[in-house]
Amino acid sequence: MNARGAIAVIAVALVGGVTAGGCAGASADAVTTINFWGLGREGEVVAQLVPEFERRNPGLRVRVQQIPWTAAHEKLLTAFVGDATPDVAQLGNTWIPEFVALDALVPLDDRVAASAVVDRADYFAGIWDTNVIADTTYGIPWYVDTRVLFYRSDLLDSVGYATPPATWAEWRDAMERLRARMSPRQYPALLPINEWPQPVALALQLGSPLLRDGGRYGAFSDSAFRTAFTFYVGLYRDRLASSISNTEISNRYQEFARGNVAMMITGPWEIGEFRRRLPPELQDSWMTAPLPAPDSLTPGVSLAGGASLVIFRRSRHQDAAWRLVEYLSEPEQQLRFYELTGDLPARRAAWRDSVLAGNRYARAFRTQLENVRPTPKVPEWEQIATAIAEQLEQAVRGGKPVPVVLAALDRSVNAILEKRRWLLDRGAIEPAAPVGATAGTVPR
Amino acid sequence: MPSIARGVARSERNPAAWLFLAPALILIAVFFLLPVIAALMLSVTDFDIYALRDPANARLVWLENYARLLRSPLFWQALRNTLYFAVVGGPLSIAASLGAALLLNGRTVRLRGLFRTIYFTPFVTTLVAVAIVWRYLYHPRYGLLNYALGWIGVAPIDWLGDPRWAMPAIIIMAVWKNFGYNMLIFIAGLQAIPTELYEAAEMDGAGSLSRFRHVTWPMLGPTMLFAGVITMIGYFQIFAEPYVMTQGGPLRATTTVVLLMYEEGFRWWRMGYAASIAFVLFVIILLATLVQFRLQRGEER
Repeated sequence: MNARGAIAVIAVALVGGVTAGGCAGASADAVTTINFWGLGREGEVVAQLVPEFERRNPGLRVRVQQIPWTAAHEKLLTAFVGDATPDVAQLGNTWIPEFVALDALVPLDDRVAASAVVDRADYFAGIWDTNVIADTTYGIPWYVDTRVLFYRSDLLDSVGYATPPATWAEWRDAMERLRARMSPRQYPALLPINEWPQPVALALQLGSPLLRDGGRYGAFSDSAFRTAFTFYVGLYRDRLASSISNTEISNRYQEFARGNVAMMITGPWEIGEFRRRLPPELQDSWMTAPLPAPDSLTPGVSLAGGASLVIFRRSRHQDAAWRLVEYLSEPEQQLRFYELTGDLPARRAAWRDSVLAGNRYARAFRTQLENVRPTPKVPEWEQIATAIAEQLEQAVRGGKPVPVVLAALDRSVNAILEKRRWLLDRGAIEPAAPVGATAGTVPR
Repeated sequence: MPSIARGVARSERNPAAWLFLAPALILIAVFFLLPVIAALMLSVTDFDIYALRDPANARLVWLENYARLLRSPLFWQALRNTLYFAVVGGPLSIAASLGAALLLNGRTVRLRGLFRTIYFTPFVTTLVAVAIVWRYLYHPRYGLLNYALGWIGVAPIDWLGDPRWAMPAIIIMAVWKNFGYNMLIFIAGLQAIPTELYEAAEMDGAGSLSRFRHVTWPMLGPTMLFAGVITMIGYFQIFAEPYVMTQGGPLRATTTVVLLMYEEGFRWWRMGYAASIAFVLFVIILLATLVQFRLQRGEER
């Protein structure tokens, strides 16, 4: 028994049988069954796109397995160990480095090159880049996610900002003006202190690599990250943002509706929530805008999030699986998927349609998506992100000076990356490309 | 104890005994001993997803996992949460079980079988189904519990969203779900108490309270020890309730030691680290069990 088998046995013995799902392949001879794992709401909805695919491909059947997001990561890892991975799966694009480290995914470059449907140039470059590791493409973006500014246009208008702030200086100025008008219990911005995407996006705007030397060490004490972090922490110190975490906010929509909060930075899923939860009379008083940039010359980049479609190495139906990926990547299907879920399409072609072009709240996302950048593509990223949020809390609530906090952050990140350095030194893995090197323009 | 010693000596000489024991011993070896040894070995390595790809990527780190664990604030928080759950939930569960058992054991109770079944039902119901119903009950706005609290003028509580209330919410649900099992054990224990003792006590003029104190309580001693130890072991291993209800949140307020182990092991696949958590928990439970035995013995004396 090899080590992996042994682990599997232990795993099963200890937990008492973690179900790995995804049973064995098709039984009928003529029909090939593609096992597809969809996550959360997307996994539920994708079933509505399947009949058309099956109609076009009489020999193929798709079995959709829906997995809740909260359990998806462990299910996928357990499936990998238990040799029970599906043919195709939806993968959060920050998970791709991890599954590539496991050598679980099929490289897709040749298929993309030969494909009439998947046209790399039609995808947002920063989003596509999240799927590329060491010059190899492992996933096709399915839908995208990034963070933009949601704001109360009436409140900003009342302090002289008829158009949303475009630079950090304007942003801060708008907040200071709002502060002057607000009561002490109201705040210009809602920026939960346990969320890492906001400070990381600002640091990426200044060109911070976040990690250096191919993902060997943290680069959080470097001037780019320090400048962004200082700016961000300053918003709390000057009471422009309330220093609370997102679990302490009872109802952000209510706070927004009452004008207790005038801005927040969040993702596309909130468009639907804002429409549903804000009272009708407020629907003309809120808007979205791309993230403010450090200055008027630098693009205000944001994070490249979303989910991709991947094919697993152990799949015995890789050609059929690719046909499903191609089908789901058609602009028409992307659009249908948007209508069903509200998830923003990964292809520019789908955005040209009137359905999306008519959604005024989505426009800022369209602009922002041209300027998104991936986080470092190392399997340890999730842990590193948690460490950033922890140190942010130390700076805001603990009141520690920024340099002290960032030195501590570098220390803990370097400890997280210790294994990675050892593997790199042995030549067991490839160094990670610096973020921003392959996508869009690199500021400064 | 000469008789036991003689028995052991005889079995060593008797090969047939080993033959009869073999099936059980083999099962224990394969499904208990081997995994334990493997887990112990894992706990001194840094087995992670890199090692999953190639076992050569695992290193022997000796006690580094344990040292890291003891330095980790998250582990201490998980331990605090677990102790909170065990120390509050355990006695509460025992009290509920004993109370229900005493009620059902009363001579005047009708439909005893029906009530016993009703009280036992939560224990045999699937946890996930129970959790869904309880999530409705705990809903801050539409939940029945807050609705009922509203009658007596208590402001709505965000049961599962407030870090201060999440653990009490889990405890209430766990006690409700589990008390039926111990209740059955206590009923059995109560029925084993000879009625003559009660009659004698009654003749001596003992009221119902002193009958409980001087007859029921001491006679239930062994049952209590059993129920206490089993409950404590079970409550220290609390996992499914927070996993299904809160995923360890909010603000890690319901992250227990086993949940942490599960997350480390199966979510992030840091198997070495997760195994070390398992062994630390094992030592804690062992110590707690010893303490409980000691306490009980002290009481008997």
